[in-house]
Amino acid sequence: MHKRRLGVVAAAAGIALLAACSSGNGTPTSTAGATTGAAATTPAAPVTITYEVWAGTQTPAMKEIAAAFTKENPNITVNVQELPWPQYWSTLQTGAQGGTAPDAFWMLAQQIRPYAAGGQLLDISDEIKAENVDLSKYPKAVIDLYDQGDGKIYGLPKDFDTNAVWYNKALFDAAGVAYPTADWTWADFRATAKALTKKGVWGTAAPIDYQSGYYNTIFQAGGRVIAADGKHAALDTPEAIKGIQFWTDIMKDGSSPTLQQMSDTEAETMFEQGKVAMYMSGAYWALQLYNNTALRPNIGVAPLPVGPAGRATVSSGIENVGFAGTKHPQEVKKFLLFASGQEAANIQAKSGAVLPAYAGTEQTWMSAMPDFKDLQVFIDASKYAVPLPVQGNAAEWQGLQTQYLTPAWNGQVPVEQAAKDYSAAIDKVLAAG
Amino acid sequence: MSTATRVPVRRRVRRTGTPTPTRRTRRRTDWWAVLMIAPATLGLAVLYLWPFLETFLKSFKGNALFGPSKFVGVQNYSNLISNDAFWHALRNSMLYTALVLLGVPLAVVLAALIEQVTRGRTIYQVLFFLPVVTLPVAIGMVWRLILNGDFGLLNWVLSRFGIPGEYWVADARFTIWAFAAVGIWMGLGINLIILGAGLQGISPELYEASALDGAGRARQFRSITVPLLSPTIFFVVILTVISALQMFDLVFIMLGSVNNTAIDGSKTIVYLFYEAAFVQFKQGYAAAIAVVLLMVIMAATAIQFRLQRKWVVDV
Repeated sequence: MHKRRLGVVAAAAGIALLAACSSGNGTPTSTAGATTGAAATTPAAPVTITYEVWAGTQTPAMKEIAAAFTKENPNITVNVQELPWPQYWSTLQTGAQGGTAPDAFWMLAQQIRPYAAGGQLLDISDEIKAENVDLSKYPKAVIDLYDQGDGKIYGLPKDFDTNAVWYNKALFDAAGVAYPTADWTWADFRATAKALTKKGVWGTAAPIDYQSGYYNTIFQAGGRVIAADGKHAALDTPEAIKGIQFWTDIMKDGSSPTLQQMSDTEAETMFEQGKVAMYMSGAYWALQLYNNTALRPNIGVAPLPVGPAGRATVSSGIENVGFAGTKHPQEVKKFLLFASGQEAANIQAKSGAVLPAYAGTEQTWMSAMPDFKDLQVFIDASKYAVPLPVQGNAAEWQGLQTQYLTPAWNGQVPVEQAAKDYSAAIDKVLAAG
Repeated sequence: MSTATRVPVRRRVRRTGTPTPTRRTRRRTDWWAVLMIAPATLGLAVLYLWPFLETFLKSFKGNALFGPSKFVGVQNYSNLISNDAFWHALRNSMLYTALVLLGVPLAVVLAALIEQVTRGRTIYQVLFFLPVVTLPVAIGMVWRLILNGDFGLLNWVLSRFGIPGEYWVADARFTIWAFAAVGIWMGLGINLIILGAGLQGISPELYEASALDGAGRARQFRSITVPLLSPTIFFVVILTVISALQMFDLVFIMLGSVNNTAIDGSKTIVYLFYEAAFVQFKQGYAAAIAVVLLMVIMAATAIQFRLQRKWVVDV
């Protein structure tokens, strides 16, 4: 047949693939209500629910939790499915739109807003009341993070994270530099980083990283990321600018690899390779670093340095939530409470993969990695933790950080200017709702 | 590609006017054809046309992720064209497409050379085809390592020759070029298969006759191979342009993470679409990007059909 049509068909076929990606604006399945009744009348009928998580060191613990739940509820089987991080959110989104999302899954505070507003998540507040769940067992900073202000509760935290400074004692010893003290200051951090920097080794890594990087120092300087009214960025305030300058000063000193180097090889990898001596980041790296047996004896943890306005760390955590379109809402609610409950927290703690959110299980987590002596630092940090700022379409304005802050990091634009421009861009996103 | 050669015939028939009997028989055949194609057409309508229509409608609606969206007119489109990021991405996609097109002449030469190989031709074909059957994710990750600025193989090789290396996948000046190099390498295999098939269709007598007339290999390539292969080359060019304009996976994988400092200078149109739909939750805006991309691809294809009259030989 015809050349012309061949080309047009090929073009159409190609684009349709794209179209298919963005289509499927499914309304949440309305069968949920109907099956609730059915499930209630035959409670012992065998039910299988899916629990989706992103791939990582936590999967074995999640499978163990699923098995423990089935032991208590023999009629409910929980299938743990893992997806690589790059696909997790797009798969979840299309699944929810098409009514085929997993029954239970992990949620992040940056992502929950459209799902909650779109009625895609199970409200579990009735179950929490019925089971007398003690919400004070969970870190308030994390609970607050997920509060949508609609009076509903969509999930409970399964873990939480605070930040501290991971450091490599061998590199400190080699440079003849004293280990960080518990009350070290910004100036100490900067000087230490400088002293540790030698040929092939950098004192620290200063990527443009909001959660384990500049948000912490902004709060330590007495600033905020988003103003108290939630409608404006506050990055251009003198305090916040000081918090960002903490990092640009380190770049200026040459105490960190360049942004390009950290784009090619991530900061955490460089820390594991012994090329970076101090790495400011979260408790979630503990098991990964512990499993690096060559590095293990050299690892130390110091609290974040004290800023001009005192101590602060941003804190966040993963919540277990359920899909509103599930066919088995009762069973899913039951599982959600279990997966964020004490027994599940203990399973997580023993695995060491993550710091559980449930109060009283911290000691178990620390005992899982006995060679790390300073893990208490992460738990103490919860005393001065502030919730990760996630107002408005957070994923969108956070995504703008590379564009606006890179010139400041590279010293091409004064921090004041970059902070002002970035603030204006965030304001625009917040105004769009 | 024999199908691609009948266009001129039909044109000629049209120009001279078709006699009625022919038209009648044609129409009867058409009905049979319609019947036979119907199942495929139905599938196409459900799986391709319907989603496309929905995307088109969505591009005029708001950004609600779930449930109904408000009609917003051409707002998404005006937002799009007033966004610098869109023009930047469009430029990146065009540059990438232009660079990947350089792979077509390379494929033509290689296909002609492989055709000359009598023993072990399959080995070459398999070797060149391997990237096609390899996961793009795996390819992207391996190339990310090769192109690493500090420890990459490429920079090590360059340093042997005293050439200073660059951060190929962390510097927006180079990323599109890096993607294109990998894109050419990935697409080479499929192009060689298509062009190889085209070469089989060229009568060996032409080469024998021209050899008797004293034509060397180069002359034969220029005067016989390329002209007679031009309909196939045209087909390869069309496919290459379409797939190049849709490039997404290499940006996604070769840059490693969204925190890559080169990300803003390296986005392609489809990456912009991905970001709008799945990171920023802007459904209407993402749909508008998809529609604009369709128009760009249609325009590019239409222009090529215009231009082909000048260089594609009617065989």
